[in-house]
Amino acid sequence: MKYLSTAGKTVALLFSAALLVACSGSDTQEQDEAAAAAAAAAAAAHSAQQAEDAAQMARLEEAAAEVGNVFYFEYDSSTLTPQALSAVNAHIAVLHRNTENIRLEGHTDERGTREYNMALGERRANSVRDYMVANGISSMRIETISYGEERPVAYGSGEANWAENRRVELKPQ
Amino acid sequence: MKRLFAVLAATLLVVIATGATAQISIVIEEGNRDATPIAIVPFARQGTGFPAEDLAGIIDGDLARSGQFLPIAREDMLGRPSTESEVFYRDWRSINARYLLIGRESMNGPQLRVDYELFDVTSQRKVFSGYEAGPVSEARMLAHRVADEVYEHLTGVRGAFATKLLYISVTRVPGGKDYSRLTMSDSDGARPIVLLETQEPLLAPTWSPDGKEVAYVSFETGRPAIYRQELATGRRQQLTNFKGLNGAPAWSPDGKTMAMTLSKDGNPDIYLMDLATKQLTQIVRHYAIDTEPAWMPDGQSLLFTSDRGGKPQIYRYDLRTGKTERVTHEGNYNARARVSQDGRSVVMVHQQDGRFQIAVLDLVTNRLTPLTSTELDESPSIAPNGSMVLYATKYAERGILAAVAVDGDAKFRLPAREGDVREPAWSPYLSR
Repeated sequence: MKYLSTAGKTVALLFSAALLVACSGSDTQEQDEAAAAAAAAAAAAHSAQQAEDAAQMARLEEAAAEVGNVFYFEYDSSTLTPQALSAVNAHIAVLHRNTENIRLEGHTDERGTREYNMALGERRANSVRDYMVANGISSMRIETISYGEERPVAYGSGEANWAENRRVELKPQ
Repeated sequence: MKRLFAVLAATLLVVIATGATAQISIVIEEGNRDATPIAIVPFARQGTGFPAEDLAGIIDGDLARSGQFLPIAREDMLGRPSTESEVFYRDWRSINARYLLIGRESMNGPQLRVDYELFDVTSQRKVFSGYEAGPVSEARMLAHRVADEVYEHLTGVRGAFATKLLYISVTRVPGGKDYSRLTMSDSDGARPIVLLETQEPLLAPTWSPDGKEVAYVSFETGRPAIYRQELATGRRQQLTNFKGLNGAPAWSPDGKTMAMTLSKDGNPDIYLMDLATKQLTQIVRHYAIDTEPAWMPDGQSLLFTSDRGGKPQIYRYDLRTGKTERVTHEGNYNARARVSQDGRSVVMVHQQDGRFQIAVLDLVTNRLTPLTSTELDESPSIAPNGSMVLYATKYAERGILAAVAVDGDAKFRLPAREGDVREPAWSPYLSR
């Protein structure tokens, strides 16, 4: 965020400089030259900004990719853990800078009844969605669905497998 | 729309096919120690064109599964009578048979007829005689009906062998999408028929009270929706397509209303759908999870699961008064109630010592009794005569079906030949 505003300031400075040059001129030719120079400067600034934006986006996407698109939960809980929070934050940073729609898929482990787990999976997906919305992502861009315990990634029993299955997966819509 | 159709065609296959698909077989784990010894003599056959099925063997299996009878091995029998005049009581007393069933099969065109007679060996009297007749393709059903008659005459309780089971069978596709099949079989697991196959989740199969239709939740469109399907025609109808959860369908005892869980208004609540008008009424509204509705047999109230108290417990909503009361108090996880036909017993998933077991709550005495002792038992379904509870469990890392007598004395497993099976639903009594 800090980086963004610095880039913004640079653009503003370049524009003011171009404007000063344009105003100081006395005849049309000078004015034209000044305008051309200002346009060139603005264009340069714009492309510099674009490159900067792209690099910034790449860094954010990389950060999001690094934390992964799966957020894990405690047993019978839909509260975002500190790890899940920082992972969701990384995705929020990316979502602020693109227009993509996403789908949040809630899942549970095999313990407990299937229909209750459907509800629990939905609660998990909703809790990620609500946090994203609270952080400025439009709810229109987010679809949620619960698969309950029907789509495990780890088939066996035991906490190691269960922990892998208690999750919300973020997917493009 | 075109795309949707393509997706449907690719993921959904409605088939009526018998075969080896998730055929389940029976393994009796535990019988009642006081089981009554009964000799079921192989039935005599007069004529030709008989089915391959061993009808006496099917009856033998039914009675053994109940846990209340101990069929005597054929090799121990000293004779093979098929008529009353051939019965010598001393032969049966000597091998400790308490009762004796004999029978005769005959063919009349494509119709199979079974005449049978039941004798009390101790009092040396005929208990009753009767017959069953029907198309030869229904030979197994005829045998189950004979078993029902024998069971009722000897226990005073209507038999539930001539019934059907619904269950979900799943073939795992590691790294891909599993195949789910809605399957219907006889009560002994024989003759499985696939009613629906999809690579999206299928769950919550349930019966209409007349046994002619089923309802279930399918994700075949990519989202959960409730469907009803006629068994005779395969014709089906999508009942819901709301945003969020569409789950836990439960037919009212009069067949006119479907209770269900919807979260279209933000969180899961219980709704009633009038099946004639499709009109919805929300009956339970709470910010907690409310799900798994189950009708009391009189249709005047419903049980449901709610975590409004912090943990899932079973509550009862009275349709007349609009009041909700908590039903379960023992343990920190009680869910997915199913009620016996007499309205007295509620079976549920009950957590104890970290294990999920099937328990039965007596609504009169308020006593909760665990019926199973394995770890991940779920989806209990009660036989229409209240004698057995069928449920899903894990055995050797695979999902299997198992059953336990409501009095806890008998247990059997119904392992599938392949894949996982789960969510059994025992049919109501079926009309002929």
